Formats: sequence, structure tokens, C-alpha cells
Amino acid sequence: MKMVMAIIKPFKLDDVREALSEVGVTGVTVTEVKGFGRQKGHTELYRGAEYVVDFLPKIKLEVAVTTDQVERVVEAIQSAANTGKIGDGKIFVYELEKVLRIRTGELDGDAL
Amino acid sequence: MVPTKPHRPLGFRALPGLALLLPGLALPGWVQAAPPTLNTGDTAWMIVATVLVLMMTLPGLALFYAGMVRSKNVLSVLMQCFAITALVSVLWVVYGYSLVFDTTGMEKGVVNFNSFVGGFGKAFLAGVGTDSLVYGIPESVFITFQMTFAVITPALIVGAFAERMKFSALLVFMALWFTLVYAPIAHMVWSGDGGLMWDWGVLDFAGGTVVHINAGIAGLVAALVLGKRKGYPTTAMPPHNLGYTVIGASLLWVGWFGFNAGSAVAANGTAGMAMLVTQVAAAAAALTWMFAEWVIHRKASVLGIVSGAVAGLVAITPASGTAGPMGALAIGAAAGLICFVFSTSIKRSLGYDDSLDVFGVHAIGGIVGAILTGVFAAPVLGGFGTVTDIGAQVWIQAKGVGFTVIYTGVATLVILKAIQWTMGLRVSEEAESEGLDIALHNERGYNL
Repeated sequence: MKMVMAIIKPFKLDDVREALSEVGVTGVTVTEVKGFGRQKGHTELYRGAEYVVDFLPKIKLEVAVTTDQVERVVEAIQSAANTGKIGDGKIFVYELEKVLRIRTGELDGDAL
Repeated sequence: MVPTKPHRPLGFRALPGLALLLPGLALPGWVQAAPPTLNTGDTAWMIVATVLVLMMTLPGLALFYAGMVRSKNVLSVLMQCFAITALVSVLWVVYGYSLVFDTTGMEKGVVNFNSFVGGFGKAFLAGVGTDSLVYGIPESVFITFQMTFAVITPALIVGAFAERMKFSALLVFMALWFTLVYAPIAHMVWSGDGGLMWDWGVLDFAGGTVVHINAGIAGLVAALVLGKRKGYPTTAMPPHNLGYTVIGASLLWVGWFGFNAGSAVAANGTAGMAMLVTQVAAAAAALTWMFAEWVIHRKASVLGIVSGAVAGLVAITPASGTAGPMGALAIGAAAGLICFVFSTSIKRSLGYDDSLDVFGVHAIGGIVGAILTGVFAAPVLGGFGTVTDIGAQVWIQAKGVGFTVIYTGVATLVILKAIQWTMGLRVSEEAESEGLDIALHNERGYNL
């Protein structure tokens, strides 16, 4: 099993959610986050006082999937979240040791 | 340089009161004093005007400021405006009205103690009943109208020390400042013959000197004495809700018709012209600030355009009884540009932390307006005043500005220092970082 974590532009969330449904993903956790990467921040100006806003709002998605699903899920996120401009985000994939569904106690593949 | 007195061309009544600060000019109504009879039209308008001016403070100014602070301090600013309104209203009926409008001992052209401050003859509103009249309106209405001016002036100062003053110290400061600064300045300008600046011939129709320069200078002194907010200017302190600020500025704009047109203390042609020039100046200044910012910082901002409108309203205040619409265009444009420069580059380069630009908008806008009042009151420039020698009138206006700046500056400094040495002015560093809402009031503005 793998955990796919993606940082995307907030306005792309709906597209990504649809793309994930199409490849059979049944659950996603979404968090509003802030951060910076190569896009850097932007400046705001109030009565001549200029503030550099370093951290831009992004969306963090976490999707737990079986190993054979990973490639399709990563592709789906990449194609749905891609605008071709700087700041589109990144996708991280890491090992997932164990999954348990709280209600039934089902484990791993059955719990996804 | 004092102008020869009486020449009041306009049809308005000059009440010594607030509005006309046209000493030279305003005499007739005041002086000739045929026993006034109740004018129901004037009374109806003045009741409305009074409510409009109260609306400028609550919720206008309160929201204007509340939107500009950080979210952890939103309630503290609203609280300060609300508490000042209540405090000054009480002080006003106890002795404030008397200190401003008791004319006992005053004589035209004579400078004595009562040229500076009124006595206690009207303390506790002695002698005021339902039959008492001032200029054709019930004295009760006049008292309440003037009260709303006394309320908004100290409330304006709040913006200068926002986000760092102790609430207890604020209440003491406001009570002392109202007593020792607002009351004497208002008396000198508005009480009629024998009042210091009234006798000089200073033109201040609706309170450019009494309200805006007064509050703006006090704000600068307060910002300097209290010191900068922790982290200023390196930490970002952007306004937390500019929507509030826009609503507040809009309420100020609408309320200002009560402020300026109400200062005619009548429903007449002067009030109508005051209304017109108020709108014109606010619009001109809003555009000027917006375009100046657009050119210099490459974006037209919401905070910029509303700040410009307020600057224009401030500047037209002293001139609103004497300037014509074209004069108002010029006054508004000048105020928009000059206040923009003061609130942005000059403030940053001098380094003081006037959090919400009380000095840059109110003192500077007030001074621009006070000086230009002397220019655009001249009929040759489309004004409705009696000014023929513009240079002489400008000199009188400058004297009024200079006196107010010095008196207010010194008196405010003394009051603040006295409080600083006794009870202290600032909240602790910890309270300041936590935010005044929680630290001082045990509440938060947003429980989301």
C-alpha cells in the first residue's frame, strides 16, 4: 500500500477530485495549507506599507491506495492539477504500513 | 491682521456654536438676538443631523478602524469607540457643554480667562428645559448635536495607538483630553464673541480645527509617546478585514452630511451648499488618492480610495460653509494628494507608528483644509465668504492652525506623560502579542 500526498493549487481541487473518482479512489483527505516553493510569495501594499507574503495557500490531498493503483492515481492527479504554470505543486508517494477501518476492524486492502 | 469683523454675507445664522467658526463673519445671528422662536423645519433637520453624526462614530469610525487592525484586536478598537462615546456623552452633560458654550465673562475683542475656556454656569445643564431655544432650535437638540462632535473627536485618536494601549489608561486619557484639550479648543473657536480664535477671525465651519487637527495632532503625540507596536515596521500588520473598513468609510461619508450641513444649524441654503461641497470634495479626494497610488504603486487599492474619501471629507469640513463647488474640487484634490504622501512615504521615512494614520489623514487633511478655507472663501474664487484679502485670511487660518497644533501637542504630551508615570500606558508585551481582545476583554472577535 502507498500513501499519495499531493500539494495542488486550490482552484484545481474539484478537477482532481473528479479525476480520482474516475480511477476508482473512494476516499481522500483534504487540508488547506500554506507554503512556498519556486513560485515564491507575492507582495501586498497597504497605504504604502509593502508586505511580502511568503506563504501561499495550497491544498494538501492525502490518498491511501493499493500498490497497483499508485501509478494511475499519480497520473490522474498530475493531469488534473496541471496548468503548465509555476506553482502547480508536487506529488509525494510513500510506503504505507497498515490500514485499519475503525468500525469493522478490517485491515489493509480490505480497509481501503 | 485680524479682519474687520462683521460681514456675513450668507444667510446662515451664526451660532456661536459649533458650526461657524467664522468669527469675523458669523456675527449677525448671534449678536442681534431677537428672541428666537422655534423653527420646526430647522429643528427636524438638526435632529436628523445629530443622529447622522453619531452614526459617524458608531458604527462608522468604529468599523473603519476595526477593519484595519489585525483580527486579534478587532474588538478592542470597537470597544474603545463605544466606551468613548458613552464616557464623553456623560461628561458632556455634566460639565463639557458648559466648558465649551458658557459665555459668561466673554467680551468681544477682550482676551481673558474666558476666552480660553467657558465657566461652569451650564454645568449639569442648569436651566435647560423643553422651552430653551438656541437659534430657533431646542437647546436640547443643540446640546446633543454638539455632543456628537465631542464624541467623535477623541474617538478619532484611537487609530493612532491602536493595538497596544491599556484600556484603563485609555479611559483616563480620554476623560482628561476631552476636559483639557477638546473643551478649550472648541470654546476658543466656537463660543462666539470673546472666544480667542473666534475673535481672530478663524474660519472653521464644521470643525477642521476643533475636530480634525485637534485629534490628528493628539494622535501623532500619542503614537510617539506610546512607541511602535512590537515588530513594526518589519512584521506584516495588514488590515484583517477591509470590508469593514469600506463599510465604515461609507458610513462616515454619509454621516458627514450631518456634520457639515448640520453645522449651518438650519435647513437653509448654506446647509444645502455645505452638502454639495462635501460630496464634491470627498469624490475629488478619493479619485486623487486612487490615481496617485495607481501611478506610484501600480495598483489602485480599496484602502486607498476610501482613505482618500475620508481625507477629502476632513479637508472640506472647515470650508463647507464658505467654499463653492469648484473650490471643493480643488480642496479635495489637494487633500487626496497631500494626505496620500503623508500617510505613505513620509510616515514610513519618519518611522513613527501612527497605526491607522490619524495624523496623516486627520491632522494633515485638517491643515490643508484650514489653510485652503482662507483661499476658497473668497467670492472671486467662487466662494461664499466675505474674504477679499486672501493672503490676510490665509494668515489668520495659519495662526489658528499653529495655535491648535502647539496647544494640543503640548497638552496631550503632558496628559500622556502623567498617565505613563502613574498607571502606565501600554499593555505588556505578552498581551500585545496575544491580542488585546483576549488579553483585555476576555473575548475574541471570531469564534469560527
